[in-house]
Amino acid sequence: MDGLLHQVFSGLATGGIYASVALALVMIYQATHHINFAQGEMAMFSTYIALALINAGLPYWVAFAATLVFSFAMGAIIQRVLLQPLANAPVLALVGVFIGMMLIFNNTAGWIFSYTLKPFPSPFGEGGPMVGGMLSPHELGSTCVTLGVLLSVWAFFRFTRLGLAMRAAAYNPVSSQLVGIPVARMLALGWGLAAAIGAIAGMMVAPVVFLDPNMMAGVLLYAFAGALLGGITNPLGAVIGGFLVGVIENIGGAYIVGTGLKLSLALVIIVAVLVLKPSGLFGKTLASRV
Amino acid sequence: MRIMSSRLVLVLLVLAMAVVPLFVSSGYQLFQFTMVVAYALAVLGVNLVTGYNGQISLGHGAFYAIGAYVTAIMMDHWDLPYWSTLPVAAVICAGVGFLLGLPALRLGGLYLALTTLALAAAVPQLLKYDLFEGWTGGVQGISIIKPDAPFGLPLNADQWLYLFSFAVAVVLFISAWNLVNGRIGRALKAIRDQPLAAEAMGIDLAQLKTRTFAASAMYTGIAGSIAAIAVQFVSPDSFASALSITLFVGMVVGGAASISGAVFGALFIQFIPNIADQVSKAAPGAVYGLILIVFMFVAPGGIASLVRKWWPAGGSRARST
Repeated sequence: MDGLLHQVFSGLATGGIYASVALALVMIYQATHHINFAQGEMAMFSTYIALALINAGLPYWVAFAATLVFSFAMGAIIQRVLLQPLANAPVLALVGVFIGMMLIFNNTAGWIFSYTLKPFPSPFGEGGPMVGGMLSPHELGSTCVTLGVLLSVWAFFRFTRLGLAMRAAAYNPVSSQLVGIPVARMLALGWGLAAAIGAIAGMMVAPVVFLDPNMMAGVLLYAFAGALLGGITNPLGAVIGGFLVGVIENIGGAYIVGTGLKLSLALVIIVAVLVLKPSGLFGKTLASRV
Repeated sequence: MRIMSSRLVLVLLVLAMAVVPLFVSSGYQLFQFTMVVAYALAVLGVNLVTGYNGQISLGHGAFYAIGAYVTAIMMDHWDLPYWSTLPVAAVICAGVGFLLGLPALRLGGLYLALTTLALAAAVPQLLKYDLFEGWTGGVQGISIIKPDAPFGLPLNADQWLYLFSFAVAVVLFISAWNLVNGRIGRALKAIRDQPLAAEAMGIDLAQLKTRTFAASAMYTGIAGSIAAIAVQFVSPDSFASALSITLFVGMVVGGAASISGAVFGALFIQFIPNIADQVSKAAPGAVYGLILIVFMFVAPGGIASLVRKWWPAGGSRARST
């Protein structure tokens, strides 16, 4: 029983990371109906920047903040330079650009920082297990950071004028433009925010899995599965889905399929959701007007 | 008259492609060309579902892997002749494609892309899995032996394999051409361009998309079979998710919704990594990604659309399809 509880708790800790990436994916999906296949690689690249800053002697939290600023700028610039011109292009062109970005980030990171595994420091110290032996300090700390991020994103969209404008731009771009919301700028802002959220996820997962250019490939898949499970039309659902996938992955890996087949679980979850409830647990079925 | 001559040029070109390498190429070059044939079939498979039908697949490497393993297992465990493995690989891949397409293609949007991406990540793990190790050889993989030319033909193994795969490819390319230029092909393009209108015209979207996906999986599976015989070895790590991405890139750069684009894409996959290596020793993949993005902006129709501008006789005809 203790073992099971332990798996649930550490599943929640990794689930938080999937939840963050799932949130980043859903934010972009809601605004543009695109799935950013490069989200994971962008987060990985940001994490390398963080490591470079820490190695340059900056204190952890200063490097953390600087990385967020860098990632935000990176996301916004990518949206402006690469995606804005393709606003009316077919889906295939956009997926092509996302895949191209994925390759570029992955290889550039390997080229600049080498492909060897690198340890990444945790700001929460090493220490023994806490909360009755269930969680390591890093698991507890990263879960708190994740929850903090999710809360502030929610508050941002719920209570600020800017958040409202962004929601409006995603919901109905034409009318938003008419009432004076700079829709293009909102999209760039959304991309920047998504990249920053991804960067936080990267910095939280790196101490656990070690930093290498392929670090986020698995995380991205689980985040997809989480977003689908919770409902890709519902940010809160995607977050819950991310946590659920973390728990399923951990319990499945420990008791059912073993660690060798963990990635196949993402496929099983995706197919199961598509067969049983394609709109996800909390999503709504969209009807399109003809 | 004009159409006849353009078709004649095409036939002569294909004959030249079949025969000339036999005389001028070394064994290694023939191996490379055989791989081009395999990649061309694989890219054609991706093209059927993604280029013509507009359903994006990022996991065709999985079918390539299944085809390769079916061939390797049949040749290694049961000593069956290499040619008999191709139809079996085709049927198995079509079946897997159909079963996977059933849930993923019921809905529009990018669900197929997500599902296939997850499939591509899962396949190497499944191939390594202990329970199947008796069949798949686990991480060790399976070695097979290249077949000799039959009927006492005066060809060495490399030359024969090139001719054999070329012949298979010609048949499959003609079938694909007929498929996409007939009634079904028009339905596929209608689904891609205007799904609502297509449905209103009485096309069963889910049904046709799933069947197309099965056919495309079949093409890529046969490609995997040929590649396995050419390489004489299969192992889980040769089928990592990077392979699926490579096939996707080959399809886009060669030319989406173009039969000849599959050949250009295959040449790109086989030979550009060497060139990218020369441009930047450190980050060849980045060069690859950069080429992909540049193509999306400058020539979204891929190499095929560029060639079409220069191909004198068939130009207007090809563009109208």
